[in-house]
Amino acid sequence: MSENPRNGNAEYWRANVTLIIVSLVIWFIVSYGFGILLVDQLNAIELGGFKLGFWFAQQGSIYVFLILIVFYALRMNALDRHHGVDEQ
Amino acid sequence: MDLTTLTYLAVGLSFALYIGIAIWSRASSTGEFYVAGKGVHPVANGMATAADWMSAASFISMAGLIAFLGYGGSVYLMGWTGGYVLLAMLLAPYLRKYGKFTVPEFIGDRYYSRTARLVAVLCLIFISFTYVAGQMRGVGIVFSRFLEVELLTGLVIGMGIVFVYAVLGGMKGITYTQVAQYCVLICAYTVPAVFISMQMTGMPIPQIAFGSQLSDGSGFMLERLNQVVTDLGFIEYTDGGKSMIDMFAITVALMVGTAGLPHVIVRFFTVPRVRDARASAGWALVFIALLYTVAPAVGAMARFNLTDTVQIGAVGDPEGNLVYEERPDWMERWEATGLLAFEDKNGDGRIQYYNDKSADEEFLARTQDWGWQGNELKVDRDIMVLANPEIAQLPNWVIALVAAGGIAAALSTAAGLLLVISSGISHDLLKGTLTPGISEKTELMAGRIAVAVAICIAGYLGYNPPGFVAQVVAFAFGLAASSLFPVILMGIFSKKVNREGAIAGMLTGLLFTMGYIIYYKGVFIEPMAVANTPEYWFLGISPEGIGTVGMLLNFAVAFGVSKVTAEPPDHIQHMVEDIRTPRANNVATGH
Repeated sequence: MSENPRNGNAEYWRANVTLIIVSLVIWFIVSYGFGILLVDQLNAIELGGFKLGFWFAQQGSIYVFLILIVFYALRMNALDRHHGVDEQ
Repeated sequence: MDLTTLTYLAVGLSFALYIGIAIWSRASSTGEFYVAGKGVHPVANGMATAADWMSAASFISMAGLIAFLGYGGSVYLMGWTGGYVLLAMLLAPYLRKYGKFTVPEFIGDRYYSRTARLVAVLCLIFISFTYVAGQMRGVGIVFSRFLEVELLTGLVIGMGIVFVYAVLGGMKGITYTQVAQYCVLICAYTVPAVFISMQMTGMPIPQIAFGSQLSDGSGFMLERLNQVVTDLGFIEYTDGGKSMIDMFAITVALMVGTAGLPHVIVRFFTVPRVRDARASAGWALVFIALLYTVAPAVGAMARFNLTDTVQIGAVGDPEGNLVYEERPDWMERWEATGLLAFEDKNGDGRIQYYNDKSADEEFLARTQDWGWQGNELKVDRDIMVLANPEIAQLPNWVIALVAAGGIAAALSTAAGLLLVISSGISHDLLKGTLTPGISEKTELMAGRIAVAVAICIAGYLGYNPPGFVAQVVAFAFGLAASSLFPVILMGIFSKKVNREGAIAGMLTGLLFTMGYIIYYKGVFIEPMAVANTPEYWFLGISPEGIGTVGMLLNFAVAFGVSKVTAEPPDHIQHMVEDIRTPRANNVATGH
């Protein structure tokens, strides 16, 4: 699709790295942030029978990890096609 | 039917299934033997990865660990799932694009160095053997408890089964048996959990049940649990236990270690395309999360049930504790294995189970007044999952299913590990380094022999576990995090890190981490540290979490050394560009 494949690839790679950084920031916040560093503050909030910090550490973070991978895989499929580097 | 017959039936049927699959999926080339011919569907690969990943430790030990650690057990839940995010984004797609057979092969090619490949093979073999010995031990425990055979007989049967499908089928056979094993193990794990959730809360979904009200109307389960355990001098279930920095470091080491474990990475070499590698990591986490989100519920319920069984009345009331002679059958059965033990310290014929090392002096003074003379019940945390259906008085077929599931979990992981050990030996050591001239047929034969030998060594280590087997978490994950993960990551995301940097980085991470663990844990030798407690640790980080520091050192040394030595040659920099894009040779072919 792009005129110069080399430039196209560099753009593609930048877009990929940006996407990874955004995803990993979220990954960090839900597990290390909510599950460990801010656990005491969040535990003051209760969600049904769960303290929120405890819930993130034992349940919530895992669900978010799952959403992140699905989101990344779908976005990358679109990026592959957009930059013309998808597998035929 | 009685329990033993049912268990023989469940385990026997599952074995027949595995062997049937092995015969159907015989490998005929090295490609099929090492990476299943790269033709595995991403969903099937996700399932196989999940079975490969979830070991005897995940199945048998993890919920028990969480039951006794409470919130502190979260490091395993987050650590062993968060690594898949790293795999999906940072490693799997690019390694699939690279498209060869093994992890050391990638390291050797990317860093244009046989030495780098050799260091990687050594790390891989050490990590995998530590891990596999633990699996064989798990097989032995399940056999000796449920089939009432000797540990040795159990080990030999387990080894025989793995032998058939790993030697015949290689990666192809292993992949499809792992799919079957996943189905067995996930049923075995979730069925009892659903039953117990129903019993305790009336809510069948375990993930919700452990945050629900108890059906006896006494309030939320976790709140009640907090109260019951604190009454007995333990720390609150939903609260700390480990320091924040240690929680942090262990979680990092487990996540990064997961992403760096060779038997997990190699699974992503088996799918047809790069996009399948990403999708497959997602599927793998779906199947893993099914067990990992149930595990904390099982842990909490097991802790509750155990305490409830022993503490039948008010704490401190002389009638409040279970009379030993009236203990339930399951306690009696587990006593026979030595994994559960009662010692009547105050001679009242009742079981006092409490924290006699509580930091609360007032509580300890009160226990003195009650005539308690120390905790009388020892429960090995490994029995919690296996005993859970018995504790909840579920029907015998559920218990039989759990036995088959435990064996499936151990066998599937063992097979995956044995395959990376054998490919490390036949492909990286023999073909890649020592005897490059051998034909494909000879290499395939060497691979099969290597699996066979590795099975025997693993069986031996399972029977006579050396000290380091108990340190699987520290060693396998710490070393994968500090040696393999950083060099693979830098190999993809940096074009400038070179041979010298990678070798120096790997060795630094490896030696530092290994040294630290040995210093505190005294594996192979007597511990040199005064004590393995927080006051003596570096920055308060335990040996389980030290891989995090090892990883940072690896990065720092690799970048530093690469700065002052020659850049990687042009063709390596092109190789890096090539693995970053999914389409093959898109410059040359021009479409």
